[in-house]
Amino acid sequence: MATNEATPSVKKLQVRRFKPEENPKKHYLNEETGIWAWMTTVDHKKIGLMYLASITFFFFIGGVLALLLRTELLSPARSFMDANVYNQVFTLHGAIMIFFFLIPSVPAALGNFVLPLQLGAKDVAFPRLNLASYYIYVIGALFTIFAIFTGGVDTGWTFYTPYSTTTSGNVMAMTFGVFILGFSSILTGLNFIVTIHKLRSPGLTWNKLPLNLWGLYATSLIQILATPVLAITLLLLTMERALGIGIFDPAIGGDPVLYQHFFWFYSHPAVYIMIVPGFGIISEVISTFSRKVIFGYWAIALSSLAIAFIGFLVWGHHMFTAGQSSLANMVFSFLTFLVGIPTGIKIFNWIATMYRGSIDLKAPMIYALVFLFLFTIGGFTGIMLGALAVDIHLHDTYYVVAHFHYVMMGGMVMAFLAGLHYWWPKMFGKMYSEFWARISCALIFVGFNMTFLPQFVMGAQGMPRRYFNYIDQFQPFHQFSTMGAYVMGVGFLIMAGYLLHSMLKGKAAGSNPWGSRALEWQTSSPVPLHNFEHTPVIINGPYDYHKPMSEFQLGIATPHHDHHDDHQPTDVTQTEKEQA
Amino acid sequence: MNKLSEFMLPPQKSTLAEGTDALFNFINVTSLIFLIGITIAIIYFAWKYRRRSENDVTPVITHNNTLEITWSVIPLILVIIVFGWGLSGYVNLTTAPDDAYEVRVVGKSWLWEFHYETGHVSVNELHIPVDRPVKLVMSSEDVIHSFYIPDFRVKMDVLPSRYSTVWFEATEVGESVVFCTEYCGTAHSNMMARAIVHDQEDFETWLEVAGSADDDMDPVELGQELVTRNACTTCHSADGTQLQGPTFQGLWGSVSEIEDGQTVTVDENHIRESILEPGAKITSGYQPVMPPYAGTLNDRQIDAIIEYIKTLQ
Repeated sequence: MATNEATPSVKKLQVRRFKPEENPKKHYLNEETGIWAWMTTVDHKKIGLMYLASITFFFFIGGVLALLLRTELLSPARSFMDANVYNQVFTLHGAIMIFFFLIPSVPAALGNFVLPLQLGAKDVAFPRLNLASYYIYVIGALFTIFAIFTGGVDTGWTFYTPYSTTTSGNVMAMTFGVFILGFSSILTGLNFIVTIHKLRSPGLTWNKLPLNLWGLYATSLIQILATPVLAITLLLLTMERALGIGIFDPAIGGDPVLYQHFFWFYSHPAVYIMIVPGFGIISEVISTFSRKVIFGYWAIALSSLAIAFIGFLVWGHHMFTAGQSSLANMVFSFLTFLVGIPTGIKIFNWIATMYRGSIDLKAPMIYALVFLFLFTIGGFTGIMLGALAVDIHLHDTYYVVAHFHYVMMGGMVMAFLAGLHYWWPKMFGKMYSEFWARISCALIFVGFNMTFLPQFVMGAQGMPRRYFNYIDQFQPFHQFSTMGAYVMGVGFLIMAGYLLHSMLKGKAAGSNPWGSRALEWQTSSPVPLHNFEHTPVIINGPYDYHKPMSEFQLGIATPHHDHHDDHQPTDVTQTEKEQA
Repeated sequence: MNKLSEFMLPPQKSTLAEGTDALFNFINVTSLIFLIGITIAIIYFAWKYRRRSENDVTPVITHNNTLEITWSVIPLILVIIVFGWGLSGYVNLTTAPDDAYEVRVVGKSWLWEFHYETGHVSVNELHIPVDRPVKLVMSSEDVIHSFYIPDFRVKMDVLPSRYSTVWFEATEVGESVVFCTEYCGTAHSNMMARAIVHDQEDFETWLEVAGSADDDMDPVELGQELVTRNACTTCHSADGTQLQGPTFQGLWGSVSEIEDGQTVTVDENHIRESILEPGAKITSGYQPVMPPYAGTLNDRQIDAIIEYIKTLQ
């Protein structure tokens, strides 16, 4: 234990060990009950769960739409939906999955739940704003549902002009929904940044910050800097459609390529809004289940920030064939390759963390390893698409579709599932069936590769994306891909089954089922209403597995005014820590 | 390894294909080597260092500068190679030789028009000579389309109110498929054309006779030929099937309701107007998406189409 000489800037703190109470009777799930208490709660954990329920709902809808698309594509010509319905379905699949599932999945759902716990804080910095973010999200979702039932939208999730300003669907309601949704994202990002800056526990210095929080911090920066551009773009689009002001439509004096610049200036960083928090989860899970110090803490933390920064400068790689200048293409191609380097560094660091670890292949770890494999494929195919000459051939084909599904689903969704399985016992205090979790993971892994590997091949052979019909030579690939989608669907159904079972009848998990050193595991499961019954004091990094567990459960020894302390401080340890 | 790339890519039918494919192959092979290495490391570590007891002690390895610099610099060198290679290929793809034979391309929802130096226009059929650079000067009449020939490895967006170009040199006589790869609405996936490569002599003969070849055809036969050739059949069926536009079957002489509640009898004048100026009278229940054919079809051809529609009762 630290025994440095006291200097004038150091204040002595009396600390003692607080062992978490196992399976407490009172916790955040039962202290306040009833629908009204949930709807007006400012508790970050309950808001996190409300997001979790919402994104699960949207993931289900988006998934069903994907299965409908794949079923239609079993045969080259029309089978059960016509071209207009197909176009609306793929638009909705993309828009729902991206705006309503992927973007809020890790930051708003898992992040909300875990961020204050990892800081040792009682809540986020602005709890009411946090609740407001959730309701803004709901209002955005309602607008989108309104758009679907009043004409539908058939523009693709990218809303490219001039098609989106001339088509008959209800594009305005949809873009307005996405516009509102953006504010939810901005406010959550703002809340997280302030919370990380101001509400760290005593001793939790920046070099002890869990990598999950570095990930969320980088993500929040992108959210507050990039999302306003999307809002402006959608506002301009609405002005053009409603008032006939020529901004993007060449028929009235606009420039359609300008729209693409605006759109990708947000939407490329948005890809990093989706994936960077996933990196954070993977760092936590791999360290915990290898029971080992993370390899290259600063390399992982700073590469998240590097990705966030360079990620702002690569939007033009979506437009290599769009008619921008050759010079712009060259610069964007180069910067695109640069963003690949910090990503590669992360992969190597995670693998190095496993070296000489004590690896326990529990469900979260299996998902993390599946992530490593699938995301690596997603990354390499990204290199392929960044190479100018090759991208000319592959652009807007199924190769691109497969690439971003490997990144978004193979990467982000797998990281999300790793996080969900990792923090599930903390959320509900219950364990799930490890056996069924493995079965489900195996089905999802096999189904995913069956679905998207053939899409690389048919894309390279020339199959364009967003095609309702296709030429016969692609049929075997499409059929194989559809079979894979069904396998994946079964995998997700099994997951829904065992998670529901766990919630209702699962075995009690205990406060720290994984033996983790991270702060969120040093309180009871489910978590008490105010997270910790004491003020945690941090003296070690979150991955210091060579230090005894007792050093990770310290708190300020002075009795808490509203805490009925029934055990006397017997295990008092004295240390000096700089006050945060 | 080469086999994999060959399996994944369409046949090489232009001078540009080989360069693109070589880079595709290089990235594929390099990526596979890395992927296999990474996968083996993951599986080996997960097995070799599996947890043996709850009291396992793990070493403290926080970082290793040599290792970290190595695994940052080697990928950096590799991506710079890929960048330079991709850029040089891209310069070839965008620099058309001065003596290239020019064809003007117009994209419309949902067909491709090709205008030749002789004034002849072909729809959804691009005729080009073999072993000679061809440059396409392209624009769109409505939304954004994208011109893509997988066999030639070329693609370029086709924009309204702006010209974009693409060039290639076909290396063998035959046919290749042309796709639209920028989503453009209902019949996006039917916006296909054929690139027909002739040898030089055949191409010149085709150019000479193309415009006059129909002169001795029976009007009904010619009409039937023209509705296919001009991609009318993408949206108008001849057998009553409901597509994006009204079916031709039973159309002649019928009374159709147009948008403001008025009705119009389908006669010679209505069909002629609908071909040349489709936006003038839109039958209710349909979208105003048909491109105008003024300048594409002459009077004789329009007459032939009318004669053909008359036969579809």
